[in-house]
Amino acid sequence: MNAVECTSINKSFGTGNTKVNVLRGVDFTAAEGEMTFLVGPSGCGKTTLISIIAGLLRADDGGIALFGKTIADLSPGKQILFRRENLGFVFQQYNLLPSLTAAENAAIPLLAAGMNRSKAVKKATEVLGTLGLGDRATSAPRLLSGGQQQRVALARALVHEPRLIICDEPTAALDHKSGENVMELLASSAMQADRAVLVVTHDSRIFHFADRIAHMDDGVITHASDSESAISAH
Amino acid sequence: MNYVAFRMLVGDPTKYLGLIFAVAFSTFLLQNQTSIFANLLKRAGNQIRDVTDADIWVMAPKTDYFDQTRPLKETDLLRVRSVDGVDFAVRLFKGLPIARSPTGQFAASTVMGLDEATLAGAPRNMVMGDWRDLLKPDSVVIDEAGYLLLFPGEPLRINRTIELNDNQVTIVGISDALPAFTAFPIIHARYSEAVSFQGRQRQQLSFVIARGKPGTTPEALARKIEAETNLKALTTAEFQDASVSYILNNTGIPINFGITIFVSTLVGLVVTAQTFYLFTVENLKQFGALKAIGVTNMRLIGMVTAQAVLVWFIGTAFGSALSAAFFNFSLSQIPTRHFIFFWQSAVGVAAFMLIVIIASSSFGLTKVIRLQPADVFR
Repeated sequence: MNAVECTSINKSFGTGNTKVNVLRGVDFTAAEGEMTFLVGPSGCGKTTLISIIAGLLRADDGGIALFGKTIADLSPGKQILFRRENLGFVFQQYNLLPSLTAAENAAIPLLAAGMNRSKAVKKATEVLGTLGLGDRATSAPRLLSGGQQQRVALARALVHEPRLIICDEPTAALDHKSGENVMELLASSAMQADRAVLVVTHDSRIFHFADRIAHMDDGVITHASDSESAISAH
Repeated sequence: MNYVAFRMLVGDPTKYLGLIFAVAFSTFLLQNQTSIFANLLKRAGNQIRDVTDADIWVMAPKTDYFDQTRPLKETDLLRVRSVDGVDFAVRLFKGLPIARSPTGQFAASTVMGLDEATLAGAPRNMVMGDWRDLLKPDSVVIDEAGYLLLFPGEPLRINRTIELNDNQVTIVGISDALPAFTAFPIIHARYSEAVSFQGRQRQQLSFVIARGKPGTTPEALARKIEAETNLKALTTAEFQDASVSYILNNTGIPINFGITIFVSTLVGLVVTAQTFYLFTVENLKQFGALKAIGVTNMRLIGMVTAQAVLVWFIGTAFGSALSAAFFNFSLSQIPTRHFIFFWQSAVGVAAFMLIVIIASSSFGLTKVIRLQPADVFR
């Protein structure tokens, strides 16, 4: 079963002379149990596509199904609920709340779902432990290195056990070693048969983690490849 | 999520304390100015309020307020007494002689001449001595502030002498009379002596103070006296209100305080609103991340509102505590004695500050609500 299935997605911004067609009939799939990379030059529409997949942006037309469910059929409230339960996010700039501890940051999806604070923080601390940050659970983000902060963001994406994790340039702000470390943890923690990981990246050094790589250019998916051929092409 | 809202709020101590200070400062300024203004106005009616023996004041027609009187005829007293329903009616004289101490200190003073037999209108709150000693010849009761004006730096002591327009009198008591708007010493004496301090005039009776028989209301009796005597008759409350209205309409005090209160309001509004608005806007990125994760707009509104209410509560509490401390201190000072912190000012300003904070957070909230969660990917 496909975790993500996009059919003929179109999206434009602006009107009249300033109208820009960012996505032009995109067909894209990401299978369960796989880590799919979405790669391409800046401005090709990667971020717009994952925003639409995540339900953060609405496509002008085309169909999107996540785990067989058509998102457009859901009411706005149900879409938010679906996103909260089924999606995890890792952002390029981590987007951690500076006033919360690492464990509290990681617990946010559980708190948003209404879980009791102490239970949520306890569970988040456990997840941080599996990512090697058990001893930094009570640290403020500013006291953590970039790699550690991204691992906290990863814990936040994993803590509520979502079925799809969407990562936007997860290694862009990290050195090679930290990037490798984060991707290894992502691969070992997130990859299960009924789950999927979708990674948007420019970083060819991490291509070897991908099961499949979709290449995008000028608003369309040009081709798909496995990681080995993508690495050799680079 | 309210816990997250709380931690976002207190996470940056500089911003947090800045918010609290802005609210507390504005609250203090507004409560302080409105209460002082109300206290000053209240003073216009204090000498009326101090006369607890009567509830109706009869005076010459066209009298606007307490300090502006035209003498009545002695027969007017009898006419008031003859009105059906009047239980008793007695004379009250008000004069403004110069009081002088043996050391040469002097001040214009307000002398109240009381009915010889009943001493109706005598001060009931005494700091020292007994008001009944006014029955002794050449005796007066002076208020504490007036005493300290004539005898600066000296301890309170009775049986001292002062001069009232060259008439030597003995202080037999020191009262805690409510302060007058004019801040003159307030001196009580018997009617026959008070009029002699002032100097002879053709007519001398300033007021007739009266009380109705059981079963009559002061308002109804006052209207009846007016109808039957063609004099002006007001209840104690009506006369106080008239005196306050006179100050409001005929002095620059309301404009002066109005400008101060307006500027305080404006400064408080701008400082508080801008600080809180900036606080919300500076957290937009964090709110965007929360939206992407699946926090609903309603939850975010709840979070920002919780932050606003907490800032309001702490800031207003600090500001009100400062105001209370200020008025507690001012109570012990002679110039500001009897100045109180009006609960209406405390509640009104607190409500106003809540509106300001909710309004300013609402401006920030519109940005939060319009925020596209997809922006966190940019």
